[in-house]
Amino acid sequence: MNPLLPELGLVLWMSVAFLVILFLLKKFAWKGIIQALKDREEFIDRSLKSAEEAKAQMSQLKSDNEKLLAEARTEREAILKEAREMKEKILSDAKISASEEGNRLVASARTEIEKEKLQALSEIKNQVAEISLSIAEKVIKNELTDKASQESLVNDHLNKAQMN
Amino acid sequence: MFRFFIAIIIFMTSFSLFAEQAEEKHGEDKGFNAGEVIMHHVMDNHEIHIGPIHIPLPIILYSKEKGLEMFSSSKLSHGEPYNGYIMEHEKIYFTGEDGSVARDDHGHITAEKPFDLSITKTVFGMFLTMGLMLWIFISVAKGYKKREGQAPKGIQSVMEPLILFVKDEIAKPSIGKKYEKFLPFLLTIFFFIWIGNMLGLIPFIGGFNVTGNIAVAMVMALFTFIITSVNGNKDYWKHIYNTPGVPWWLKFPIPLMFVIEFIGFISKPIVLTLRLFANITAGHIIILAFVSLIFIFNNLYGAGGGYGVSILSVAFSIFMFAIELLVAFLQAYVFTLLSALYFGSAVEEHAH
Repeated sequence: MNPLLPELGLVLWMSVAFLVILFLLKKFAWKGIIQALKDREEFIDRSLKSAEEAKAQMSQLKSDNEKLLAEARTEREAILKEAREMKEKILSDAKISASEEGNRLVASARTEIEKEKLQALSEIKNQVAEISLSIAEKVIKNELTDKASQESLVNDHLNKAQMN
Repeated sequence: MFRFFIAIIIFMTSFSLFAEQAEEKHGEDKGFNAGEVIMHHVMDNHEIHIGPIHIPLPIILYSKEKGLEMFSSSKLSHGEPYNGYIMEHEKIYFTGEDGSVARDDHGHITAEKPFDLSITKTVFGMFLTMGLMLWIFISVAKGYKKREGQAPKGIQSVMEPLILFVKDEIAKPSIGKKYEKFLPFLLTIFFFIWIGNMLGLIPFIGGFNVTGNIAVAMVMALFTFIITSVNGNKDYWKHIYNTPGVPWWLKFPIPLMFVIEFIGFISKPIVLTLRLFANITAGHIIILAFVSLIFIFNNLYGAGGGYGVSILSVAFSIFMFAIELLVAFLQAYVFTLLSALYFGSAVEEHAH
């Protein structure tokens, strides 16, 4: 009984059985298992890569969006600015035209007044002439009667005329 | 597969289960011999002992004179001659016509031996391990086919980390690019050693010592050796017969370098064999020795001594069992890793 001495029969059994099990397992187990593990590893690698790509695309989209937003913002600013300018211009235009209109109105009013004044003056002249005529008529009438009374009458009328 | 496997067990154990019980006579009150019990367990055997039941295994013998013969070991287990054979200490010898055997002065039998191809305890344990492997890994492979691209399930998820361990931690770093060629062999030895080690640790099923048998370990080491040699490239062989990069006087006139390299070359399989054999056998011996202590103390100091020491003994053997569970995995790992390293050195491309 020496445990260090290998039994020949056992060596033979082990050799044969080991070859058989190696062959069977290789054919029916390891091949499929190793292939499946490899496939899965590749699948995981692929998935990770595509996730990475999707992430990159997402960030690309995001930056695009941001760019678009920024563009929209500047455009809005520009539009607002333009509107403000337009308002200003309209306002100033309106002011100018209003003052022009006013000036024009004032000028026309002045000429009208001038015209009215001239008319009034000529009317006054006419009346003065009429009054002078009537005074002269009355003086002439009074001279016919009494000298003194004629004089007082003339004075009277003259005073009246001065009053007028 | 499993059914086929059960059928084999039934076939093997049906060689007369009866006839064997209550046959524990050869002790004959000569006291408890721990060494004998332990060696009996560690060595190969023509029976399986499950508690008091002895299951005889088939004996297969071959000799030029008598050809191939097969019968149950129960015919020989009592030390009586049968059909021209006799068995002593698990070895089978030819007997004379009258059933007598020649012995030397020390009482050892000197007769010729037939070639013993019996299904012994170890062979049976080997088949059991291999059957388990087939069952487990074919169902694992089926699982991969059935759940293609899905997460593993059941036994598949138990084995996958181990398969990945062998693939990614042992084969890939040790061998390099060409690892896939060696992967089936590495996986097979890893799981054979591991499951075989575990089988030896299960109590009450007959105390298999498959991987702790030197013949089994040797065959696996030889397979590693053969695969290494067959796959060895030019560089590998050149390193042995004409190592580059050493001073010339180490090679001429005395080929010192070659001698050293050659010793390294042949010692690799021997070391692989002895490491596995010694580790597993030693583990079995230690556990059995702790258990035997109980009976030794029982004989020395009576029942009280036996009970007293049993507390310590059981505690220590539980501790050893835990360590052996680790060793079972560790030795499988070491054997596989060293094999992978040898393969790696055989296929390595050197850039001188």
